[in-house]
Amino acid sequence: MNINNIKKQFPIFNNKVHNNDLVYLDSANSSQKPQMVVDRIYDFYTKEFSNVGRSVHYLAVAATNLYESTRTMMQKYINAKDPNEIVFTKGATEAINLVANTFGQKFLREGDEILLTELEHHSNYVPWHYLRKLKGVKINFAEINNDGEITLESIEKCITPKTKMIAITHLSNVTGAILPIKEITSLAHSKNIPILVDGCQGAPHLKLDMQDIDCDFYAISCHKMYGPTGLGVLYAKKKWLDTLPPYQGGGGMIREVKKEGISFGDLPNKYEAGTMATAQVIAFGESIKFLNQIGIENIEKHESELTKYGEEVLRKNNSVKLVGNPKNKGSVLSFTLDGIHAHDIATILDEDGVAIRAGHHCCQILHDKLGLSATARASLGVYNTKDDLDKLNESINKCKKIFDR
Amino acid sequence: MDLKDLYQEIILDHGKNPRNLRKTENFNKDAKGHNPLCGDKVHIFLKIDENKNISDISFEGSGCAISMASASIMTDLMKEKKEKEVKELVEDFLQMIKESPEMKTKIINENEKTKLMSLSGVKQYPMRVKCATLAWHTLTSAMSNSQEETNTEKFD
Repeated sequence: MNINNIKKQFPIFNNKVHNNDLVYLDSANSSQKPQMVVDRIYDFYTKEFSNVGRSVHYLAVAATNLYESTRTMMQKYINAKDPNEIVFTKGATEAINLVANTFGQKFLREGDEILLTELEHHSNYVPWHYLRKLKGVKINFAEINNDGEITLESIEKCITPKTKMIAITHLSNVTGAILPIKEITSLAHSKNIPILVDGCQGAPHLKLDMQDIDCDFYAISCHKMYGPTGLGVLYAKKKWLDTLPPYQGGGGMIREVKKEGISFGDLPNKYEAGTMATAQVIAFGESIKFLNQIGIENIEKHESELTKYGEEVLRKNNSVKLVGNPKNKGSVLSFTLDGIHAHDIATILDEDGVAIRAGHHCCQILHDKLGLSATARASLGVYNTKDDLDKLNESINKCKKIFDR
Repeated sequence: MDLKDLYQEIILDHGKNPRNLRKTENFNKDAKGHNPLCGDKVHIFLKIDENKNISDISFEGSGCAISMASASIMTDLMKEKKEKEVKELVEDFLQMIKESPEMKTKIINENEKTKLMSLSGVKQYPMRVKCATLAWHTLTSAMSNSQEETNTEKFD
């Protein structure tokens, strides 16, 4: 795998930031886009645009076929059983809201419990929080260990006879911990509890096989997978999509509409009300092609080597403290610097063209637990190199120099 | 714009060794401020005497160098100021941080103005303006004894 050739496919790297080459270390937030994805959006709007699933004219039929072909590509990419198990949403956030809302409506009663973990991003906590008020459900949080991991045991400890849903992240966007989701799913199913996996950080970096993991729901953010913004995917087992009520009402999701009542359309239309993010869905097909061309196994290997290198470099730097030390770690390096606030670090690094994130990364529960108000985070994508991590380290040393003067 | 303009010596000095970082004994007004995006937190304590003078001002909190320096310099300047003067200074400072090239007030001398102007570097960093203004908005809340926590996400 030649990273330089891969990097050349990303036009953003032709630009300078503050007169420096861009060192993009914020892919956990959002990844950059390869030319083929950008071109696909342009081509669709200039040559092929039509709304999908409604009209019968030439353009509408062609656009519908393109739209549906991304669904099939995604089904194959994550090895789902059926293309109708792929629902397009406006993001992973909407995917989780869809499940929390419809599952909550139909199956949750006062006193029922939902089990999350302390690692969860706000998007896998806030949607469930609504059910506290609406339904009187209780939310429990499985605790992290000293390495910032969630173990099977910590989940098992929190399961009670009232647990009705387990919703956990696949890969922590702060500590980088990869959760044993297959084992947790099997534990959940042994107690008849469905499980939702927040795959925002898992999907761009790890090989996915829905039939092997066997989870009930898996939420995906397309803009973190080298795809366009405004698009997410909800994988849900067909039995759930058949059973749960629709989420939003509108055009495209109905069968028959009468003054006295309405019947709803079949899958996948049932969950795709209104005009969808058509261009984004079609362009996302190119993201899947891009990932397939490189091969997710190669991406995993490259990013894992880089993560190890990054850990080594930062560990040698005495003033850096890494956040979390999970054995099975994704390509996220969160850290603090003695005496320098994360936002000051991020501003100083930015001057060198080094883009990182600073703050609580939408994980206030975790930061409270760690006793940190903010952390700095470098996160990797397929286009990163060891050189990027060396530049990160150099800029960190510059921070120290500025603050020590 | 150079980083040195943002992280001037005076800011680093106040940021690393904030003045008035303590809790005023027998304070009679206080308010908390929070910048949830950064995690910056500040709690301002005031002791206002019968003549409506600030006889003491202090703060507790944690945050980035800019927010700590801003709270430190602000509390230094506000001591012995009258309530009316505080209001004028806050308005003038916020105006300067937002758009005005300088501070217009006559309440403080040129040397003191220079100290405050050192924070003007944030103008080039829109995401950091809130760091510089948190303490000032919180002081306004404290003066009006507002019980509601000042939250940077509610204004600007």
